Amino acid sequence: MSEPTTALRLDVYKTYKLFVGGKFPRSESGRVYEVTDRKTGEWLANAPQGTRKDTRDAVSAARKAFGGWSGATAYNRGQILYRAAEMLQGRRDQYVAEVALSEGLTAKKAAPLVDAAVDRLVWYAGWTDKVAQIAGNANPVAGPYFNLSTPEPTGVVGVVAPQGGTGFSLLGLVSVLAPVIATGNTAVVALAPGAPLPGLSLGEVLATSDLPGGVVNLISGRTEDIAPTLASHADVNALDLAGVVAEEGPASARDLEVAAAETLKRVLRPESASHDWTTAPGTDRLLTFLETKTVWHPMGM
Amino acid sequence: MALFDYAPAPESRAAAGDIASTYGHFIDGEFVESTGSEALKTVDPSTEEVLAEFAQGTEADVDRAVAAARKAFTSWSALPGAERGKYLFRIARIIQERSRELAVLESIDNGKPIKETRDVDLPLVAAHFFYYAGWADKLEFAGYGSNPRPVGVAAQVIPWNFPLLMLAWKIAPALATGNTVVLKPAETTPLTALRFAEICRQAGLPKGVVNIITGDGRTGAALTAHPEIDKVAFTGSTEVGRAIARTLAGTTKRLSLELGGKAANIVFDDAPVDQAVEGIVDGIFFNQGHVCCAGSRLLVQESVHDDVMDALKRRMSTLRVGDPLDKNTDIGAINSAAQLARIQELTAAGEAEGAERWSPSCELPSAGYWFAPTVFSNVSATHRIAREEIFGPVLSVLTFRTPEEAVAKANNTPYGLSAGIWTEKGSRILWMASKLRAGVVWSNTFNKFDPTSPFGGYKESGYGREGGRHGLEAYLDV
Repeated sequence: MSEPTTALRLDVYKTYKLFVGGKFPRSESGRVYEVTDRKTGEWLANAPQGTRKDTRDAVSAARKAFGGWSGATAYNRGQILYRAAEMLQGRRDQYVAEVALSEGLTAKKAAPLVDAAVDRLVWYAGWTDKVAQIAGNANPVAGPYFNLSTPEPTGVVGVVAPQGGTGFSLLGLVSVLAPVIATGNTAVVALAPGAPLPGLSLGEVLATSDLPGGVVNLISGRTEDIAPTLASHADVNALDLAGVVAEEGPASARDLEVAAAETLKRVLRPESASHDWTTAPGTDRLLTFLETKTVWHPMGM
Repeated sequence: MALFDYAPAPESRAAAGDIASTYGHFIDGEFVESTGSEALKTVDPSTEEVLAEFAQGTEADVDRAVAAARKAFTSWSALPGAERGKYLFRIARIIQERSRELAVLESIDNGKPIKETRDVDLPLVAAHFFYYAGWADKLEFAGYGSNPRPVGVAAQVIPWNFPLLMLAWKIAPALATGNTVVLKPAETTPLTALRFAEICRQAGLPKGVVNIITGDGRTGAALTAHPEIDKVAFTGSTEVGRAIARTLAGTTKRLSLELGGKAANIVFDDAPVDQAVEGIVDGIFFNQGHVCCAGSRLLVQESVHDDVMDALKRRMSTLRVGDPLDKNTDIGAINSAAQLARIQELTAAGEAEGAERWSPSCELPSAGYWFAPTVFSNVSATHRIAREEIFGPVLSVLTFRTPEEAVAKANNTPYGLSAGIWTEKGSRILWMASKLRAGVVWSNTFNKFDPTSPFGGYKESGYGREGGRHGLEAYLDV
């Protein structure tokens, strides 16, 4: 039997697109930039060069989605995050390839990082209906009052995705994104500009997980365009600067924090660029983008 | 209804103890003179009489205070929690012992009525130290990890509206968790903080654990920008909060902020009117309205607007404005000439923009800073008096028809510190409470505080919580 004539069949390339409001738009600029193999420098794909305008559109989408997502039951959010884990598991091979190319790893080394990303989604899926039980409190006030503190999501969170460290391109992204949405926030993510492909593909997983459009918005492009737009946007409530690497300039932690101060955004400062994203996350990120609301009511006959 | 005639029932000014003619700082366990020569004056706002001069802290003073706190941190943080806690218990007890003195001193320096300092401020101050004293040796059970560590040296800047209570909110959790502090009281109300320094000495608190440095915003700026501090805790205006956040940008220093507010107090048509009116009055006239969580926007359901306004005006007519040391006084003096000017400016804007102004007839003393309780009706959401924090005894009244509209109007502000709900319907309370973007929601009550109950804002009202288990987090390296 002769060999199949595979050489005659061309692979179908994927056009990588942004993920905004549950849809997959190209950048409004119509511009793309080249994404290359971390190890060989070979061309991999053209990624959309998301702009300030794309970022503002994403913030609008995130704001619009906030009411529904923050009002969804914690159980429902957990179901959806678990569904996202299922979808990611189903596309494991694709992500192994993308992570390997993005981080300059062999497929063998990339595979456990993808598995860890799946597991991390499962970990956060399980947290959704427990976080209020560890972050809330019944307060024994000295008077005839019922007094209860409960955590609520902060709002729209701008996330600068990790740009370095073990597993940053997918596991790192999931590790910063999942806690934000598990607690009911919505997110606009500035993807790692040098390794955006796993992140752009993550939109396809989220889009098929019953996650309402706009809860997660993924923008590839220059961090110095996207991050300052998030930091200065009045409708963004908080920033996770996990992946900030610039020492100075508009995309540095200092400048972003200064911009964020204008509307008193909550800011989580950068992670070390060599952070090992496989380490157990603990509850730090889960408890960061929460506001404590305390409700009083008199007791009486 | 006419006021009953009543005889003045003045508290004794002498109960405040001796007020020195000049004060320096409290650094490393000693009262010391400033390295600079500039002195500020603190006045009794009810008479404009100068009470004392105090030092305008210089950068060198700040350096010295921070160095003392840094030096003390090593041994204070290493002290067993149980021993740290016992110092705080001692402080709490001494505050109780000296509460009359402190209440009178606070009323004189701040202008707030003695019945508030005596019945609200001082009991809460002592309770706050008691509460956090008990945490000092139980931190590993607080939910912040098995070995929670202090942050280091905390720079704390507090406002003039609840001088000693804000000091307690800052110092008690900081010390319980093993931090040392440099605290700057407001420049119009330094006296109780300086008196507190004496209490630290009576309690035998190790030198340098608490340092009190006085001065105005320049001293505060030097303190919060100091390179050797590890954390800033600030209560005050949103504007200054922003400036501090910018100062700390790009550093590893921690920050907690408790800033302004423009709280909605929402009254539904099924609320018992008299109870609601008590809550409205408490919400806006408590402490002359110098309260960041004051219920300064009254949202009344349209169908009961007239009834509520009538009852409110009747009740306002019985409020007694005057001598803060008179035990009958409901509303004392405005804290400063600057604050009075701010209130006058905003109320003038309210009239100019077309809102309808009303105050009961009340005789105000000729000396001192005074402002009659005031209510504005026909206020629209775009008016300055509906958007800006007035921080005075001025209420803006708006109406709504549906719960959805009430929520939308209540949340239509960059602030998010507190809110009030008045209705007999339980499910509506819980629905409203879940929709209001505010850190504290009082339902069928208002302006209640307790050391076990976390306090702090959403949005531009700041971040971090003070009080309760949550209040530990701001001072732990988590």
